[in-house]
Amino acid sequence: MHTRSQMNIVIVGHVDHGKSTVIGRLLADTGSLPEGKLDAVRESCRRNSKPFEYAFLLDALKDEQSQGITIDTARCFFKTAYRDYIIIDAPGHIEFLKNMITGASRAEAALLVIDAHEGIRENSKRHGHMVAMLGVRQVTVLVNKMDLADYRQADFEALKEEYTAYLRQIDVEPVSFIPVSAREGDNIASPSPAMPWYEGPTVLGQLDRFRSGGELRDKPFRLPVQDIYKFTQSGDDRRIVAGTIEAGTVAAGEEVLFLPSGKRSSIASIESFNTPVKHSAEAGEASGFTLATQIYIRPGELMVRPSDPQPEVGTRFRANIFWVGRVPMSPEKEYKLKLGTARATVRLAGIVSTLDASDLRLSRTKQQLDNRDVGECILETTRPIAFDLASTSETTGRFVIVDNYEIAGGGIVLENLSGGETILERHIRERESHWETGNVLAADRERANRHRAKFIVITGPPHTGKRALARELESLLFRNACSTYYLGMAAIEHGLEADLRRHGDHAEERLRRIGELARIMTDAGQIFITAIDDADDRDIETLKLLNEPNEILVVGVGENDFVSTTPDLDIDSIDDLFLAVSRIAELLASKEIISDYQI
Amino acid sequence: MNHLDKLEAQSVYILREAYREFKSLCMLWSIGKDSTVLLWLARKAFFGHVPIPLVHIDTHFKIPEMIEYRDRMALEWNLNMIYGENREAVVAKQTFPDGNTDRITCCRHLKSEALKRTLSGEWPRYRMNHDLKRYEPDEKNEPYTGVIVGVRADEEGSRSKERYFSPRDSGNSWDVGDQPPEFWNQFKTDFAPGTHVRIHPLLDWTELNIWEYIERENIPIVSLYFDRGEGTRYRSLGCWPCTNPIESSSRTLSEIIDELGSGSLAGVAERSGRAQDKEDGGLETLRRDGYM
Repeated sequence: MHTRSQMNIVIVGHVDHGKSTVIGRLLADTGSLPEGKLDAVRESCRRNSKPFEYAFLLDALKDEQSQGITIDTARCFFKTAYRDYIIIDAPGHIEFLKNMITGASRAEAALLVIDAHEGIRENSKRHGHMVAMLGVRQVTVLVNKMDLADYRQADFEALKEEYTAYLRQIDVEPVSFIPVSAREGDNIASPSPAMPWYEGPTVLGQLDRFRSGGELRDKPFRLPVQDIYKFTQSGDDRRIVAGTIEAGTVAAGEEVLFLPSGKRSSIASIESFNTPVKHSAEAGEASGFTLATQIYIRPGELMVRPSDPQPEVGTRFRANIFWVGRVPMSPEKEYKLKLGTARATVRLAGIVSTLDASDLRLSRTKQQLDNRDVGECILETTRPIAFDLASTSETTGRFVIVDNYEIAGGGIVLENLSGGETILERHIRERESHWETGNVLAADRERANRHRAKFIVITGPPHTGKRALARELESLLFRNACSTYYLGMAAIEHGLEADLRRHGDHAEERLRRIGELARIMTDAGQIFITAIDDADDRDIETLKLLNEPNEILVVGVGENDFVSTTPDLDIDSIDDLFLAVSRIAELLASKEIISDYQI
Repeated sequence: MNHLDKLEAQSVYILREAYREFKSLCMLWSIGKDSTVLLWLARKAFFGHVPIPLVHIDTHFKIPEMIEYRDRMALEWNLNMIYGENREAVVAKQTFPDGNTDRITCCRHLKSEALKRTLSGEWPRYRMNHDLKRYEPDEKNEPYTGVIVGVRADEEGSRSKERYFSPRDSGNSWDVGDQPPEFWNQFKTDFAPGTHVRIHPLLDWTELNIWEYIERENIPIVSLYFDRGEGTRYRSLGCWPCTNPIESSSRTLSEIIDELGSGSLAGVAERSGRAQDKEDGGLETLRRDGYM
């Protein structure tokens, strides 16, 4: 069994500064090319009367040759005596920034190539910035084409000084600078006789000095829940919480906490297929757990250890975003946020500043993020999510933004700003300030109806008889002369919600509409009843807010999913419909919604 | 974690991501070593189960042992096994072995076209009935919007440019020049109606990694990969008229691993035994058109 380690390296830099030549050299000088490939390319160059270049070795696709530029992230494999490398060739052409990001996202270290002759160009700067934002901490700068600068130390030192000053402004400290000529092979695999003044490592030597992984293991435990599996049909009763551990370690028997729901349990077992029994798992493992207690959790929660430093939970945060969407990011639109395994609807609530990464010019006046902008922004999600600040836990502190099916931006979280007014609270404040009432007052309706208005939400798992209960409650109240209405979900599905049906996930918008409807119906003095499957704390909180200033009453049927919500009434099961309805009626009477003599 | 643990974890993450995000998902199983490792990784991801249908395109020219192996494993591992085919081309003998087309056109008919129409649900699909142990026409014909494929970046030039999640338009074509970005472990899991996404969990694996993993996990694979006394073995499997064995006397997994490690095959491309690659345009032309 080979136990050699493997490392992903990305190579970036301005177009024509020689990345492909560096890679071609690395492949050739480490003997990683298929036999005869080098000769074949040389021969083809000779036949076409063009000078041989190492870069031609990489031209695997026809497109590349015709356009003369690297069009996409290509991977090359080579090895040194120490370990195996995957070198990711990220295009230097500005049009292909998306590909550069893709390449750099997967890398543990970066080689940034600058042409000694041409000097620092736009993408030398932009790529330096991007690589840092993407979390690549080890950067070595290759000052290429030293042969064109007659191998002068002064040229190398001047460029090194200038670029170091630039990197310092964005808090990046390069591991090293190496003067090379990829074309001539200087300082690539062996030290250059033409530059005796340089005493540092060759490029290959530097690659072997980069450190690989490790630190994540020692951080607080973080597991974004990717999915919950239960393969009952195949005769497997395990309920497995699955996900990849982003940081830290965890062992069977340990207490765990799920955020944002706040639910707790402990790990009963660590599950795996075709391995010896596992008692612990660590960062990097795609793992699975069974829990000691039955709790209902959803994909997207963050599983942590209660005794560890806690992640942030909130709906509003400050972040650095780089935008690569064709359409600008605008405060007018809703986007989908993907952070860890969490998905949320998100809005751009404000732009603090934008940075033109090519010249580091700050602007505080932009109203949107254009393609290739880097911006410090305020984002707001409609639901709370759990996350870390990128400065404390990188892997759980970064996210992407999806616009019209495409990943259009990525970012890192700088600060949790939650606690202020949420989008929903602001919406309700604005709605209420504009609310128009007629001449009939709520008190007038109460007097006439002889009862108060109320929004009654009956919730619990599917198929527990909630709808029958809701309908029976409506009948009882109606027979007793109450103004009441039961809203069935099917009634709005093809009407009020018809425009939503072509959208995949519209649970949040559906909830909003029900809440707005409740606000109107309770304003009309009704006892407005509805039944909702598996509402969680957040759903109830949303409905409660939307129905304000009117009142809500929550009836839980069967097992519920609440941590912070205490239902006004809990009904274990509806075996006796009459009894269950009576209990709700009694509660309404005790709360003086209706009077005793009405039932 | 060693390098195989890391590769396994990344592939499992991708498989789980695909299973979570795509309602209509399938996995292509060519019976070869790569997609068999992929199938094994699915059992890893889902704790012994494979909750994703496996689709095989039967060209009717596969080496017979491959089909026999496919059905044996389907029953043993309780797989939701489906196959599709280009019935029309086979019946009309519009194939290379029948002498009526060149190799590339034959691939187009029996593989690309059959695959396209099977994935879209336009052509019949046949599903293994585990009780009767035979295939029956499948009633479900909804298009698959997520297709998991076992391609590796090191196999061949055009495959080195793939993303983990790679969108294909309604015509199955691949716009190499304008692919979505993949930030960290966030992939393209949203897709417009009429398009689908190809998912590539094995992208970072090398040929050597595949064999190391098969050995470590003791994964049963079709015996055509081993020398069975003739001094030859298959390195890449396909249709018998266009697939040739390589000269090699490796009889066991460890001998294959040593052979790859020794560099004796370094000068020979992995797919060198696949004749269609050598025709004009080769694999890249085929891949643009929906070939795997």
